[in-house]
Order: sequence, then structure tokens, then C-alpha cells
Amino acid sequence: MDVFQLTGFQKDILKEIGNIGAGNAATSLSRLLGQKVDMTVPNVEVADFNEVIALVGGPEQPIAGIMFQVEGEITGVMAIVVDIEEAEYLVQKLTHNQAFQLSEQTNGAALEIAMSALSEIGNILTGSYLTALSDFTGLHLQPSVPHLGMDMAGAIMTMGLLEISQVTDYCIIIDTEIRQEEEEHEQIRGNFLFIPDPESFQKLFATLGWH
Amino acid sequence: MHTMKTIVNVGIADTKTVTAPDTIRTLGLGSCIGTVLYDERQGIAGLSHVLLPDSSQAKAGNINLMKYADTAIPQLLEMLQELGAKNIKAKIAGGAQMFQIGQGTSFMRIGDKNMEAVQGALRKSNISIVSSDVGGNLGRTIEFDPTTSILSVRKRNHDVFTI
Repeated sequence: MDVFQLTGFQKDILKEIGNIGAGNAATSLSRLLGQKVDMTVPNVEVADFNEVIALVGGPEQPIAGIMFQVEGEITGVMAIVVDIEEAEYLVQKLTHNQAFQLSEQTNGAALEIAMSALSEIGNILTGSYLTALSDFTGLHLQPSVPHLGMDMAGAIMTMGLLEISQVTDYCIIIDTEIRQEEEEHEQIRGNFLFIPDPESFQKLFATLGWH
Repeated sequence: MHTMKTIVNVGIADTKTVTAPDTIRTLGLGSCIGTVLYDERQGIAGLSHVLLPDSSQAKAGNINLMKYADTAIPQLLEMLQELGAKNIKAKIAGGAQMFQIGQGTSFMRIGDKNMEAVQGALRKSNISIVSSDVGGNLGRTIEFDPTTSILSVRKRNHDVFTI
């Protein structure tokens, strides 16, 4: 099977994975915030490294990226990508403390706590995504510890792609956006990018009953 | 007369060349290394953006030579020599450690490893490094102007500086 030649049917299966995973993550975030969180229809793309970075706003776009290696019967990378300002808003909202900032002007301790809080939020949301996926497929999946970086998208995203880059120059990316709005005004928008390793697709499709 | 300047963009795992007055750049370097090789007198330059240090670690048969330091540098050198470049020097940037939290992965120190591999490949080809801005924990956008042989470096929330 050439994993990069997806049929429409296989694409639909991968979209369903995004739906189930990000849907559960959106529910978790909604519980944390006590507010409604919406999600978009997942987007499944075959992309090279430069195209993956274009998906999150281009190589110079400032982002906060929380990344996990997915381990278990399916392996790959999960990346949560958020604007730095929106990540800061999220941390302040959940800690009820405006002192926790993610900008460079912040002093060491406050920045460290803010980053640690953001990593923990990432942990919870990725855990929700993978738990739902695990329940759906019956496959055992778990995330690694979180890796957090805040900088230009090119610099951050390549870190997540290093493992896959040893095997191929292309990846299949399941991209689902979740957003929380208040009075029609966008507060937080985050992208869940699930990038399974190429050898995981066969197992994924087989497990879901399509050979 | 050709006076319009074009900026040539180099992506990840990519290598390109330019001649003056055009300039060449790569955006958002993290642990990757941008290597500029140039012939100052002739205004010829090339830029490689490598992701990984060593092609022998590749897990696939058909590899992209421009992705690895050990293969991309000789390729870039050859491309420049075909353009007639002779007295070739290097400037390098990148190799940062990007994760503030959770650095203990199998890719710990990947920036340093990339840097060592680029330096090794340049040494092997007897190319001297005129200047460099490597390491640290910030991403970089770099642009080289073959007319002046100046490499500008931009980091997030910092002023542009030249090396």
C-alpha cells in the first residue's frame, strides 16, 4: 500500500479519527473553561514539511507548539498549535492569574509556571484525544511527556517532524481546529495536528475493518 | 539591464543558488542549519537548509540528499562550482534548542549534532567558516546578499543583525 495515495474512503476514516479525537478534546477544554467550545470538520492532507508549516501560518508565524510522541500500537506525533497570545489568555483564564504571561518580558518564575500550565493543558487535551481514539479503535495508545516550544512555526514544527523525517519527506496530517468564542469574538483557536507514522496506517485501516 | 532584485526562498531540506544582485534566504530555522557558501569576488552564493546530521541514519532507501548535513554540503559545493565559483567560503546559522519544556527526547541536542555535522562536512571540503550564529534557543530567519557577502539574521522579538 502506498500510504500517500489515499482513497476517498480512507480519507473519510482519517477524518472520523479527527472528529472523535478532537471532539473529545473539545469537550475536555469546554469543561476546563466552563464554556462552549466548537470544532471544525477535520482536514486530511498529504503534505511535505514545508506544506505542514504553511498549514499553521507559515515558517515565521509565532506559535506555541505542544508536542507529544504517540506511543503504543499506533505511533506518530500529536501537535497542538496555538497563537502565543491566545495560549497566554488560556493560561490566565484557567489559573485566574494575570501575572502568568508567555511573553519574553515576563520574569523567569512567572514564565516558567505559565509554560508548565500550558504543557499540562496540552497533556489533558492530548490525553482526551487519544483516549477517544483508543476506545474507538481498541488499540492501545498513549502520549509521551509534553514538549513545549514558543517561536517561529518553522523552528517549532520541524522538531515534531524529526522522527518522521528519518523515514520520509511526506506525512499525512489530520488537522482539526477547535475554537472558543465569546460574544461572537474569538478567544482561543487551536489546531490539533495528528501525524501518524507511515507504518501505522495499515494497522489503523485494518483495525477499523477495511482491508 | 537586469536591476530587479529577486529574493530566492529555500525551504526545509532544500538547496538553491543565486547570483548578485539577487539574494537568498530561509525562514524559521530552529534546530536546522542554514549554510551559505559563496564566492565573494564573483557574487555567487548558495544556501542549504538541512534538517538532520547524518544520511547513514536514514530509515528509507531513496533519500533526499538535501535533508542531511553530510550529503547536502557536498551537493551545494558542486552546484556552486558548476556556476564557476572558485574561492568558496561559508557562513552558518541555526542549530538552536527549541523546546523549553521536555527536552529529554531522542532528539536531544539535535541542533548541536546538526552543527557539528555541518562543520565536519565543511572541514572535509576545506571550506573555512567566516562567521556563524549558532546554538541558543531562538529560531532564526536568515538572508544572504552575494553583492556584499553579508548574512542578516532575525530572531523573534529581536532586531536584525548581520554577520
